[in-house]
Amino acid sequence: MSTALDALTAVLLLAGAAFCLLGALGLLRFADTLSRLHAATKAQTLGLLLILLGAAAQVSPRYAVVLVLVALFQLVTVPVTGQIVGRTAYRTQAVRRPGLVLDELGERLRRDARARGEAAGQDSEGGDAEGGEAEGGEHAGS
Amino acid sequence: MNVVFALSTAMVSAAGVLTLLRLVRGPLALDRIIAVDVLVTLILAGAAIGVASRKLTSFLPVLLVLALLAFIGSVTAAHLIEKREGMR
Repeated sequence: MSTALDALTAVLLLAGAAFCLLGALGLLRFADTLSRLHAATKAQTLGLLLILLGAAAQVSPRYAVVLVLVALFQLVTVPVTGQIVGRTAYRTQAVRRPGLVLDELGERLRRDARARGEAAGQDSEGGDAEGGEAEGGEHAGS
Repeated sequence: MNVVFALSTAMVSAAGVLTLLRLVRGPLALDRIIAVDVLVTLILAGAAIGVASRKLTSFLPVLLVLALLAFIGSVTAAHLIEKREGMR
């Protein structure tokens, strides 16, 4: 029993540590912020998850629960952080345009800005505020 | 088993050094935020390996609090940058 758990721990710890190392390597080597974010989140979720599970196999169950809790928490928070950092990168023009194959957010922002611009043209009431917002959207999209 | 613990600790430490290089190099503040987030994750990983190897169960609350703080810190810093760049 103990030998099986030890083997499980060994495999999980080594795999998790390898993921952490590869993620850090990607973080160092990749060319722009979004690619680095991509590499970093893999290390943060899968790498840490494997290490925590490996550690959970070594301690008694009531301590293992806390480790699993940390793993679940990490699984919830890392995508949120990644999404927010990615959105910030997009909005602050940190995204390298020629490297993008598909830019659905930009298309959507441009479409919304056009629709809002037409609405502001037909309806002069509150046209200033709408126009200003559409301009902002255009700026973020371009 | 000791070899496994030593090897995984070495790998996580090497990952920490690479992440520190990215933290120093930048170039954007966002890159540094990502690097700090990864660094905290690597500290979590190292502490978890310590829990596994020496049964340091007193580290468990530290793990929980660090995971929480890393999340709050990264999100706040990203928001701050978004707000600051929006001002220009």
